[in-house]
Amino acid sequence: MEVTEAVAIDHGLKKEEFSKICELLKRTPNLTELAIFSAMWNEHCSYKSSRKHLKKMHTKGKQVIQGPGENAGVIDIGDDDAIVFKIESHNHPSFIEPYQGAATGVGGIMRDVFTMGARPIANLNSIHFGSPQHKKTRNLLRGVVKGIGGYGNCIGVPTIAGQTTFDESYNGNILVNAMTLGLVNKNKIFYSKAAGLDKPVIYVGSKTGRDGIHGASMASATFDDKIEEKKPTVQVGDPFTEKLLLEACLELMADNSIIAIQDMGAAGLTSSSVEMASKGNLGIELNLSEVPCREEKMTPYEIMLSESQERMLIVLEKGKEEHAKKIFDKWNLDFAVIGKTTNSKKIELIFDNKKVAEIPIDLLAENAPIYDRPWKKTKLPQKLKFDKDEFKSLKLSDCLKKILSNSNISDKKWIWDQYDHTVMGDTIQKPGGDAGVVRVHGTNKAVAASVDSSALYCFSHPLTGGKQIVCESYRNLISVGAKPIAITNCLNFGNPEKEKNMGEFVECVEGITEASKYLDFPVVSGNVSFYNETKDKGIKPTPTIGGVGLISDYQQMLTMDFKTEGNLVYVIGKTDGHLDQSIFARELLNEKKGPPPTVNLFNEKNIGETVLDLSKKNLIVSCHDVSLGGILTSVSKMCIKGKKGIKINSLKGLTNKYEYFFGEDQARYIIEIPEASLKKVIEILNKYSVHYDDLGIIDGNSIKYNADINLPIEELSEAHKYWLKKYMDS
Amino acid sequence: MKSSVIIFPGSNCDRDMDVALKKFGFKNQMVWHNDQSIPKSDLIVLPGGFSYGDYLRCGSIASKSKIIKSVIDFANSGGLVLGICNGFQILTETGLLTGILQQNKFLNFICSNVYVKVKDKQNKYFKDLKKDVLELHIAHNEGNYFCSDDELKLLEDNNQIAVTYCGEDGAEDESTNPNGAIKNIAGIFNKNKNVLGMMPHPERMIDKYLSGEDGSLFFKNILDNFK
Repeated sequence: MEVTEAVAIDHGLKKEEFSKICELLKRTPNLTELAIFSAMWNEHCSYKSSRKHLKKMHTKGKQVIQGPGENAGVIDIGDDDAIVFKIESHNHPSFIEPYQGAATGVGGIMRDVFTMGARPIANLNSIHFGSPQHKKTRNLLRGVVKGIGGYGNCIGVPTIAGQTTFDESYNGNILVNAMTLGLVNKNKIFYSKAAGLDKPVIYVGSKTGRDGIHGASMASATFDDKIEEKKPTVQVGDPFTEKLLLEACLELMADNSIIAIQDMGAAGLTSSSVEMASKGNLGIELNLSEVPCREEKMTPYEIMLSESQERMLIVLEKGKEEHAKKIFDKWNLDFAVIGKTTNSKKIELIFDNKKVAEIPIDLLAENAPIYDRPWKKTKLPQKLKFDKDEFKSLKLSDCLKKILSNSNISDKKWIWDQYDHTVMGDTIQKPGGDAGVVRVHGTNKAVAASVDSSALYCFSHPLTGGKQIVCESYRNLISVGAKPIAITNCLNFGNPEKEKNMGEFVECVEGITEASKYLDFPVVSGNVSFYNETKDKGIKPTPTIGGVGLISDYQQMLTMDFKTEGNLVYVIGKTDGHLDQSIFARELLNEKKGPPPTVNLFNEKNIGETVLDLSKKNLIVSCHDVSLGGILTSVSKMCIKGKKGIKINSLKGLTNKYEYFFGEDQARYIIEIPEASLKKVIEILNKYSVHYDDLGIIDGNSIKYNADINLPIEELSEAHKYWLKKYMDS
Repeated sequence: MKSSVIIFPGSNCDRDMDVALKKFGFKNQMVWHNDQSIPKSDLIVLPGGFSYGDYLRCGSIASKSKIIKSVIDFANSGGLVLGICNGFQILTETGLLTGILQQNKFLNFICSNVYVKVKDKQNKYFKDLKKDVLELHIAHNEGNYFCSDDELKLLEDNNQIAVTYCGEDGAEDESTNPNGAIKNIAGIFNKNKNVLGMMPHPERMIDKYLSGEDGSLFFKNILDNFK
């Protein structure tokens, strides 16, 4: 086929990009070369719209061993132990084919982690669906959950936490973000930078098939009516092969045979070979006739673009081929020497003894286009003036029940019962808490992880929203007694070619950066997913933050369930009663306008450190942050989990009870204090100058507040626990 | 007491089982599926996981693997063989245990704590166990035990039903049956009661920070009975 501008456009390149390619090459590329450019220059691989802004992120810290730019980020957790982690999106494929899309998303992120030499120890996910009323939602949710479970369960890595939301903006574009944490000895981390000339390049894992061709380009475009036609671009996963690949790679990594290793993820062999050569400032020569193929007569074009799963590319020390082959034979995996490193600084492809492509590496990597896209600032919406007389027609107890059974608040047990969350025998906090917690095997340490996003806040005011999610992640880790260390982010946005969407991206990133800097909570890895748009309708900006923290003695871990009758319950942090953008305003007043709650980073840090101090001193016995739905929602969850009631004290002064109970002000926690510790707790709260309210006392089997609320916990539990199950069964 | 845990490609509870056995004092070793023979053992464990990716049918390919002949010989000579989850599936595929494990009734994978009632204590696993109801943990997609009426009658007549799903109080009914298993069966013995297959994972319940501690009772009891 002759390569023309039209062919280039079919490959997702822009007219100007094609001219630039011809100009850089000083000739027209052949079809295989064009395919390689299209794979490397698309949004998904090149970060061309986002790179300028991502550079500003806060990525350094005392415990950071590896920041963004590698397969995953790495943090130091002491005693030579390090945690490797990253979150990644698999949105587009999951909408087209939910089971395989989600499954391969989980497979891909786990490969990113074990590529670095780490054994995966925990999975998390953040999944977002359209309105529950939308006809596709139920099946998409079922397929995604089965896909995530199908893959993670088979590999034998526990899924320890997650987040699920519903919003009509995802009707045409669901989001599936998967995160994995792995454990590695910090002196045995593997990187993707090739080094040394004439070193053998090894292909291991599954055979290459025709699946997933153009996957990365598909993920870099918006959807239209014909998305069904894109099904063949979705990869098909085989967790069994991945499990073998994991064990074989870790076995080979036990010695010093590997120079560099990179998994074949988006854009398969193309991106893995180019990245390894580019980072090592080398050339690479691949003989494509040696690539193990699943199907017959595959062309160089197809081999280079295939996104078949469970494959790795390794640069090996010379002479170690036989040793490595033995390990992969043991695990029944393909092993082939397919090329070598060179000093040409080019990627050179041979097929049937003919050179079929030759491109200088720098044109694909550093010379890839970078765009400074125009963007628009979002103004802070005006604060609403609620008619408080209108509140009076609402009964507090009805409001509470309605909020607890709201699709975004209700219990997600139906989902996480389908994920193996206990395999590996170290899960000490299961899904459903503020964060999942796994022990660091054989030590007293434990790692906590949480995934969070707040699309409503980000949509209303991206800058505040960006800050807020980082704080939410920080709070969730502190609530289980973990010291927050670092984050990974998955930035899901609409079309970057639209000023509004681009502005949402820029300002969310700004917010994330500001908060992570202030809280010393650096970003160590992440990914960007643009073009989450169908027929011109984009998603609400949904940056997802995956936070990781450390508990130095796992016996000090906190949970949210109320423990003992007679213990006192305090709210830490000040409540002003911010109702704009709250669940209360949406669900009960049908009011969607107004600004999100203000984020005060000083308070976040100070109050967070206060709670950590209290937990370190063993002065509190349960803890939960106050987020969606406000104080009453949070306290109800603590009651439901602990199967205990609470007697709430009368509010002081002129506080409006609706604002107090349902306001979503930030930087707040609810803590349970044994009476004997109260004096010490108050001393510490005063020392940090932290505002606190004496909310009530754990008592009986119902929530009681004056004459307004007298709800048995069982009734609340009923409202909270079964919405999703009922929805899925209906 | 010496134990061996067999690792098949796709096993994923092998390490958990190793940790549990060692914690309670078994001298455990790991055995690769392609090995010719099993070192001298008093107990052989087939761990949970997805041996051979559950391809064809759960446990079916593992039941034809090289090591299995040694496992069958060992079982036939009266040795203790314990299959957990996928290990249970493998045992039914080898014919050491009767019946099959079908997909769960509600078609979903289930990961959850369950209660099981110990139905028979005249065996080396549960003899003198202090409790009648244990809290254990299940994590499976194909745990729905099924057998023919004739087979079921034999199981009942010979007291080969080992554990059944029940409530905290020991009551067995449909509401306490997580996967649709016939007669709430969670685990069974062979005729001589030296081979035990069960879906619940005792190895995931071995300290109070995990889902519970009743798994400890199970392992300790096997050791006590061996002494």
